[in-house]
Amino acid sequence: MHQKTLVELSADLHKGRCSSVELTRACLDRISKYDGELNSFVTVVEQQALAAAQAADARIKAGTAGPLTGIPFAHKDIFCTLGVKTSCGSKMLDNFIAPYDATVTRKLLEAGAVMVGKTNMDEFAMGSSNETSFYGAVKNPWDAATVPGGSSGGSAAAVAARLVPASTGTDTGGSIRQPAALCGITGIKPTYGRVSRYGMIAFASSLDQGGAFTRTAEDAAVMLGAMAGFDPHDSTSVDRPVDDYTGGLNTPLQGLKIGLPKEYFGEGLDAGVAAAIEASLDEYRKLGATLVDISLPNTHLSVPAYYVVAPAECSSNLSRFDGVRFGYRASEPKDLEDLYTRSRGEGFGDEVKRRILVGTYALSAGYYDAYYLQAQKVRRLIRDDFLSAFGQVDVIMGPTAPSVAFRLGEKADDPVSMYLSDTYTIAVNLAGLPAMSIPAGFSGGLPVGLHVVGNYFEEARLLNVGHQLQQATDWHTHSPQGF
Amino acid sequence: MEWETVIGLEIHTQLATRSKIFSAASTTYGAEPNTQACAVDLGLPGVLPVLNAEVVRMAAKFGLATHSTVARRSVFDRKNYFYPDLPKGYQISQLALPIVHDGFLDIDLEDGGSKRIGITRAHLEEDAGKSLHESFQGMTGIDLNRAGTPLLEIVSEPELRSAREAVAYMRKIHSLVRYLDISDGNMQEGSFRCDANVSVRPLGQQEFGTRAEIKNINSFRFVEQAINLEVERQIMLIESGGTVVQETRLFDPDKHETRPMRSKEEANDYRYFPDPDLLPVDLDDEFIEAVRSTLPELPDARKARFVSEHGLSDYDAAVLTASRELADYFEAVVEASGGLGKPSANWVMGELSGALNKSDADINASPVTAAALGVMLQRIEDGTISGKIAKQVFEAMWKGEGSADEIIEQQGLKQISDSSAIEGIIREVLDNNPKQIGQYRGGQEKLFGFFVGQVMKATQGKANPKQVNELLRKLLDS
Repeated sequence: MHQKTLVELSADLHKGRCSSVELTRACLDRISKYDGELNSFVTVVEQQALAAAQAADARIKAGTAGPLTGIPFAHKDIFCTLGVKTSCGSKMLDNFIAPYDATVTRKLLEAGAVMVGKTNMDEFAMGSSNETSFYGAVKNPWDAATVPGGSSGGSAAAVAARLVPASTGTDTGGSIRQPAALCGITGIKPTYGRVSRYGMIAFASSLDQGGAFTRTAEDAAVMLGAMAGFDPHDSTSVDRPVDDYTGGLNTPLQGLKIGLPKEYFGEGLDAGVAAAIEASLDEYRKLGATLVDISLPNTHLSVPAYYVVAPAECSSNLSRFDGVRFGYRASEPKDLEDLYTRSRGEGFGDEVKRRILVGTYALSAGYYDAYYLQAQKVRRLIRDDFLSAFGQVDVIMGPTAPSVAFRLGEKADDPVSMYLSDTYTIAVNLAGLPAMSIPAGFSGGLPVGLHVVGNYFEEARLLNVGHQLQQATDWHTHSPQGF
Repeated sequence: MEWETVIGLEIHTQLATRSKIFSAASTTYGAEPNTQACAVDLGLPGVLPVLNAEVVRMAAKFGLATHSTVARRSVFDRKNYFYPDLPKGYQISQLALPIVHDGFLDIDLEDGGSKRIGITRAHLEEDAGKSLHESFQGMTGIDLNRAGTPLLEIVSEPELRSAREAVAYMRKIHSLVRYLDISDGNMQEGSFRCDANVSVRPLGQQEFGTRAEIKNINSFRFVEQAINLEVERQIMLIESGGTVVQETRLFDPDKHETRPMRSKEEANDYRYFPDPDLLPVDLDDEFIEAVRSTLPELPDARKARFVSEHGLSDYDAAVLTASRELADYFEAVVEASGGLGKPSANWVMGELSGALNKSDADINASPVTAAALGVMLQRIEDGTISGKIAKQVFEAMWKGEGSADEIIEQQGLKQISDSSAIEGIIREVLDNNPKQIGQYRGGQEKLFGFFVGQVMKATQGKANPKQVNELLRKLLDS
């Protein structure tokens, strides 16, 4: 049962071949069997999940079910879930029971999807390896000695290990696409503003965007269809109708123009990854697509710009964690100053502190123009690069990450090298574009992800492009040994 | 040395919206602590602000009423600092692109002239909560009911030259926001408060002196006191060889002094940057014109109209237009009285204001309605009662004894205007005072008043004074 895709399971539920309770039970069993080793979950809500599954079965019987009704899934522990701990991977929120549902939580609840638990993540979504979590590192199911990627490492590992057919994630600089690539699954980050950020604990507000992990593009289309949409509680969400993501999956790719930025295939790209990407591009050529060499000349500015904008916004967003109203509070504070410094000093981990300090510096009087304002100008240049490229091509492709999963601890003491592993994904967040990572073969036994970037609100095209590759290849069906 | 005072005011006006600036929680004052703070006001993880459209409309109204530019694009920024009553660790405000800028207001000076005061800017921001230090032994309570209440911060140019001018300016802004119906202006509840930037310089010097900022003054009287004390302090300091330091000061009305609030070491770098959770506010001409069409008649225009339409003096018109409620009341009296402008002004500024003051009542809660007062003025005009009896009628109306007509009827206060009846009474008075007649006729003309008094006494003041005069003179002189 666990090898089936979301769409296959949905069909089984609707045809009465299995019940949501059975399905949910199976997921819970697999979690208890495998997750001790993987550590992909922070919280499992067995009773709540079984109750929701029962309700879903009733809905299916009553004929009021949708494609997600009864499907077990996991939420990244960054989405607020009413009555359930929402830790954001931090000691700071280890005691935080969310008193409200995020909009995404509510939408999936209304769709009848069954949340089985909350997944592990880099602390406050700051990291690319899932090693900064207060709850410990998550293991990559393909090789327990390697990282699953981050920050949504738990969500990616849980889907890769077939613990759940789908999960939610968030992507600020690649936090969905990079772990999807490293875990050999499909991950989509839609256009900024397509999925509501309300109730999604903020890291960098102008970059954060919710999305989904699944094994196939077809499944991703179903998940995203339920999550997307305008939300009056989020001023940055965009008021335009949600496209039919499943309807166009089978559109042939004859005549599709694929842009290949020379900057994504240069120095720093692992040879094995490059070979796998070339092979995937060959598949697209066979499907009738044309490959066009393009340039995104400001690509080299994206990592520096990102590491000004994201820390600057985070330094302000994380000010609310002060030990006063919720979250961790230092014991026996001497005075207000002591309450603040010790609550934050003891409640936040090193990577979070590092970014708060960088961001505080970047926004300080006298430095604002040189850093934050300059970075915002660079963002415009990067966006203009993409827009001019989309004048020539329909989608842009390249590797999602420069290498396959690296070893646990390998980059933990070298933040800059860690930051550079997000080189290909970061520019997309700075521009606010939709993008996905799909399985594209293996290098040294570890998965490689193909990065597909679309123009604004062209999620349907991305999913179509992903689905067509998955009709022609079987990389997405490979499952890690032992799962 | 002669010194010149330079003052600029930053007035914080609470906008009278039903819900908060970025959340749907109620803004009602005085609720149990923390009962009007929703997830957004508490700054819970994951919440986002959504701008209340009403505050934009109100700010635009203020901008149009002060000849300011209403910005086609304004931007909300985050002002970052830590304080327990600031839930998010930043206040959402506007720094570089405020919604209103570059306007002015004319204030009336004591010498009868007027002076134009520049308005640098007015920007929207959210209020913080309150820290409660009483009744928590060794701890501080936090009430977040006020957190997220919309404020319009109105910043003047440093063009005020005395405490009196500052008060006149503040009063004018206070009157204006109430005219515009964008704030209740309630100073006890903190809906209208100001910070005063005060400096002094030798008369004739161009450059400004170093300023001190006196924070959070919440009454007109305190503004005047605080500024005068600060000016005195600065002059004394400089004259004794010291220098003024730029700092934030607190006015203590009990100790009658201003004193430093926080030291320079603790000065904040607010790290302002545009709030990425909110979009820029873009306003088009259509919106601005729609707001313009909702503007009421403004105090200056109304004052001019009172002079031309109701024949009032400049002074009376200024007093009556100082608040919208008073002006509305006055106009309602005029209407109910059938157009008696001057008498309406006299009664509103005289008897009515006196009675309101005495019972510390608001004009909106006046026991005598404008319509009732207007009817009473009609009764004076048509001779039913005399002006003197009217005071008695007004008093009875104030006590709730009925309408003017009912009181006149019940208490028999109707003026006696029947010539033969008055003549009868006069003859009686004359018959009873032969000695005084003799004296009067012998040249003591002052005694005329004595006879009038006797007649009025005999009629309990109800005789028509004009007729009494005429008839008395006729009978005495015949």
